[in-house]
Amino acid sequence: MNYRDMSMAELLALAPPGWGGVLLDGLWLSLQVAGGGYLLGLLIGMAGAAGKLSGGPVIRDLLTCYTTVIRAVPELVLILLVYFAMPEALSHLLAMVGLGEVEIGPFAAGIVVIALVQGAYATEVMRGAIRAIPYGQIEAAYSLGMSTAKTFRRITLPAMLPGALPGLSNLWLIATKDTALLAVVGFTELTLAARQAAGATKHHLLFLCAAGVLYLLVSLVSNLLFKVLERRATRGLSHG
Amino acid sequence: MVESRLPLHRLGLIAAAGVAVTLMALQMRWDWLLDYHDAILGGLWLTLILLVTTSVAGFLLAIPLGLVQAAGPRPLAWLARCFCTLIRGTPLLLQIWLLYYGLGSLFPYLPGIRESWLWPYLIEAWPYAFAALTLSFAGYEGEVMRGAFAGVPRGELEAARSLGMHPLTILRRIWLPRAVQRVLPTLNGELVIQLKATPLVATIAALDTYAVFGRIRQETYLVYEPLLLMALIYLVLAGLITLAFSFLERSWSRRSAGD
Amino acid sequence: MKRLMTATLTSLCLAPVAQAEVTRVGFATEPYPPFATLDASGELQGWEVDITRAVCDAAELECEIVTTSWDGLIPALTGDKLDVIAASLSITDQRRETIAFSDKYYQTPAALAGAKGDDLKTTSGGLAGKTLGVQSASIHQAYAQVHFPESILREYQTQDDANQDLFAGRLDATLADRLIIEQFLDSKEGQLCCEMQATVTQDQETLGEGIGFGVRQADDALRERLNEGIAEIRANGTYDEITARYFDFDIYGEPDT
Repeated sequence: MNYRDMSMAELLALAPPGWGGVLLDGLWLSLQVAGGGYLLGLLIGMAGAAGKLSGGPVIRDLLTCYTTVIRAVPELVLILLVYFAMPEALSHLLAMVGLGEVEIGPFAAGIVVIALVQGAYATEVMRGAIRAIPYGQIEAAYSLGMSTAKTFRRITLPAMLPGALPGLSNLWLIATKDTALLAVVGFTELTLAARQAAGATKHHLLFLCAAGVLYLLVSLVSNLLFKVLERRATRGLSHG
Repeated sequence: MVESRLPLHRLGLIAAAGVAVTLMALQMRWDWLLDYHDAILGGLWLTLILLVTTSVAGFLLAIPLGLVQAAGPRPLAWLARCFCTLIRGTPLLLQIWLLYYGLGSLFPYLPGIRESWLWPYLIEAWPYAFAALTLSFAGYEGEVMRGAFAGVPRGELEAARSLGMHPLTILRRIWLPRAVQRVLPTLNGELVIQLKATPLVATIAALDTYAVFGRIRQETYLVYEPLLLMALIYLVLAGLITLAFSFLERSWSRRSAGD
Repeated sequence: MKRLMTATLTSLCLAPVAQAEVTRVGFATEPYPPFATLDASGELQGWEVDITRAVCDAAELECEIVTTSWDGLIPALTGDKLDVIAASLSITDQRRETIAFSDKYYQTPAALAGAKGDDLKTTSGGLAGKTLGVQSASIHQAYAQVHFPESILREYQTQDDANQDLFAGRLDATLADRLIIEQFLDSKEGQLCCEMQATVTQDQETLGEGIGFGVRQADDALRERLNEGIAEIRANGTYDEITARYFDFDIYGEPDT
């Protein structure tokens, strides 16, 4: 294939021999991994914040270990650990109790790593936001006879959201960018797709810049969406 | 603190961790450490050098970036904002590849570049690693500095102005120190994040800690040991950064309390 | 809701490996023309892909192509994410400590490429002070470490990266498989900058005994079937037919090494 004489539009065309389709496929994969990891991370964060605020001393210490270790070890190293070491260790454990082996593909490994990282940061974000809620509100809910779950859903969650949203929107942006690290274990997300296109066509600047523009679009659009969310969540608060 | 720092459950956890570490030390293979300890030290050295130099250079760059956004003329403020958005909106790995391979693909079409004084640097990997990490740190920290500059109480600046202080003197004596004081507590986290970003330079043929362990993994085919040791090294480095900062903060607050 | 998420999580990552008869053949994600490269439609193509498919057919294996990063291939094999490595993996004693190999299916010499007009020698001391690029953990790195200790060695994640840096002028030379070098020199970039400088003398200690399929040490049955497959396509002409589509000479190398 003679890529050198092709125009920019031909190179970026969606259908082969253009590489635009490959880039968009990569973007879609990146967004899927980021989205899955982010949602799981939010769940971990919620559980973690609840554990840190109202769990026993052992749970609190274990959670501190989790957030400290995850936030100190590079994501790249975590990816290798989850992708190569964790399945082996799990398989060994499962074999001991007589179960089959496990396999973690790059897609699932990506989601797990991003969820673990996001969970550690989200724990801190949510803990801070929940502690900022005046405790009287929660006490009042209990005295009205609301159950713990109901109190969480009706009082704690909506009350902490305005405080947590800026941190959570920041975390989403980190999640989208962290997916790029999966390129290192050979997962063809957007960054590796761009590199493959660049390697095949020798148009390095063009394809790496094109990927950059896509990432930038994602972050700008996400910023807008989170702004709208924030405005909704803080509605009615500004009078107070 | 009312309760003792070492309640029973914590002793239990420490004991469990101790048992796990002992088991790892005894059960796993560590003989490769002898062959590779020079390489590991070399990688560690590059990681530390990159961390320190890029953080310092990046922070120095972040000061004008933040100042211009907080109080600079429109076009400059806009440029600085664009820069921060660009850096923060794209993955660092992409930036590193763009700098290294993107620029590299242009070299053959630039006549005379091989004779220029820059050429000895352009053929090495570390200048690109340094540039990418510095720009990244500046982009993130520039945003923080903007907030810090804007957050210094106007009254203090106006008071200084009414005393007839030169604007540059105000910046040097009041505005900058107050802004830096405001960002200090966040700097610890930013430095740990910068440490975690350094392994990306391994993808452009720079031999940092991560790259050395990558080679160890490929040459020994060990699954757990190199990965665990590498994770431990980064953990210790991050711990040292945090310790250093809490020491700094304590001596800082003691000094300001003594004033 | 939470239970649903946990269920999906478990099914996502803890799915027990299906015990179907599919043989998972691992290629490297990184482009390695003309042996295996991804085209714009995301399909793997190249000589090695065709040969692997032919061997699978001949051995009556149902093969499924999987890609993973080059440095993750052997861990993926031992970690049971793959059953066969078909990524131009050289048969070496060091690798034999970890995995087993089929018989070789091709063997090409190593060659040195450098900038046009440079006169580089692969004799001892011929590369003194020169920057030499090799693929990390490849046989060529092993060769360079033994035979060119006085050169400055740079390790790349892929040979493509090294070629790119030779073109950019950051490297004085790169040592790689002769076919890969020729492929690069045939490209527009290669023609512009570089030429073949020398080939190196065969050294079984570092350069190995040719390229074979990698399998787990316990998988004797699979190894045998792959060997039969290789022997069959060598005998019935399929091997030569596929080779003729990519090369104008026989890349099998010396028989019985």
